[in-house]
Amino acid sequence: MSALESANKIKAKFGDLVTEPTEFRGEITLKIADAEKICDVCLFAKKQLGFDFLVDISSVDNYGEDPRWTIVYHLRAIGNGDEIRLKTDVSEEKSELPSIIGVWRTANWHEREIYDMMGIRFAGHPDLRRILMWEGYPYHPLRKDFPLAGKSSEMPGVVFTKPAPLEGGPFVTLPSSADAISREPRVRNPEE
Amino acid sequence: MQTQSEYGYNSKIEGDVVLTTVDAALAWFRKNSVWPMPMGLACCAIELMASGASRFDISRFGSEVMRFSPRQSDCMIVAGTVTYKMAPVLKRIYDQMAEPKWVIAMGACASTGGMYRSYAVLQGVDNIVPVDVYIGGCPPRPEAVLDALMKIQDKIGKEPILQRTVAAKLLNLQES
Ligand code: SF4
Repeated sequence: MSALESANKIKAKFGDLVTEPTEFRGEITLKIADAEKICDVCLFAKKQLGFDFLVDISSVDNYGEDPRWTIVYHLRAIGNGDEIRLKTDVSEEKSELPSIIGVWRTANWHEREIYDMMGIRFAGHPDLRRILMWEGYPYHPLRKDFPLAGKSSEMPGVVFTKPAPLEGGPFVTLPSSADAISREPRVRNPEE
Repeated sequence: MQTQSEYGYNSKIEGDVVLTTVDAALAWFRKNSVWPMPMGLACCAIELMASGASRFDISRFGSEVMRFSPRQSDCMIVAGTVTYKMAPVLKRIYDQMAEPKWVIAMGACASTGGMYRSYAVLQGVDNIVPVDVYIGGCPPRPEAVLDALMKIQDKIGKEPILQRTVAAKLLNLQES
């Protein structure tokens, strides 16, 4: 069974809840209309279609658009190497969707990381704590409106943060094979 | 016939006597057995390991006894990127080290935050502990670590240990 066949089976089972599978560079993506149903889709993919491995969960900040968050799940079937990707949107006001720990236990740390970096909560998560920053840090640093240099914060006697001096940066490299000079890190405006 | 002198001193070679001050002798003992606290936090720690291994051999300078307990070490070598999350831990370990103590900031990250101009990284370990020697480089070569160690040894060698302790004692007496 190829990844596309699996995706079509998900589509046949859930009907309007999921979009038609789209293919980009050989990778199959399904979009799920209602984030509340994510567990059902994942359980079906695992139990009926053999996607026994959750590779990763990531989150996208579509800053300035509504809904703001996109959560992306990468599934793999270890047996035949098929991979599919599930996406679902969550609005900024809600910023919450069900945890899929009940399906794959490895989701635990992935969901904690998303909670830490983006501030999206997972309902039903048994231990939703920050995983990289410390408890009490007031920001979610991977959001698009958070500056690269960071912000000041203070937990008296425990830890403090200060904005880093960027000295005119950030300095960005370009993927280029022309020469070392055009590749090297410089201040670059996105328009250029 | 006279046997071995009880002073361990043979008058036949009376010339083998070295005169020094107690301060200088103490400093000499001290500087040749600086026990490092290897605070390995990132890639620089790999070079620190190389300094300890046979090719560079930090034991030539009396510092092969890397102690992972702050109670038993004199010189903290901060080798790597200090994140804000690690910073309180580092500070606490430094506080637990017994006086006298020294700090080497090894590499660009420990000295200034290095290339990590970001929300997560402390911009130089001197924000939280007093640093004696900074080593440039990303990562510094083991020779540079040894050079820093020799600089620390110079510094220790010049310290008037006894004078300072006696002065502190006198000061205490006066105050009490
Ligand atoms: S200075 Fe360079 S080698 Fe050392 S910890 Fe930082 S990034 Fe790694």
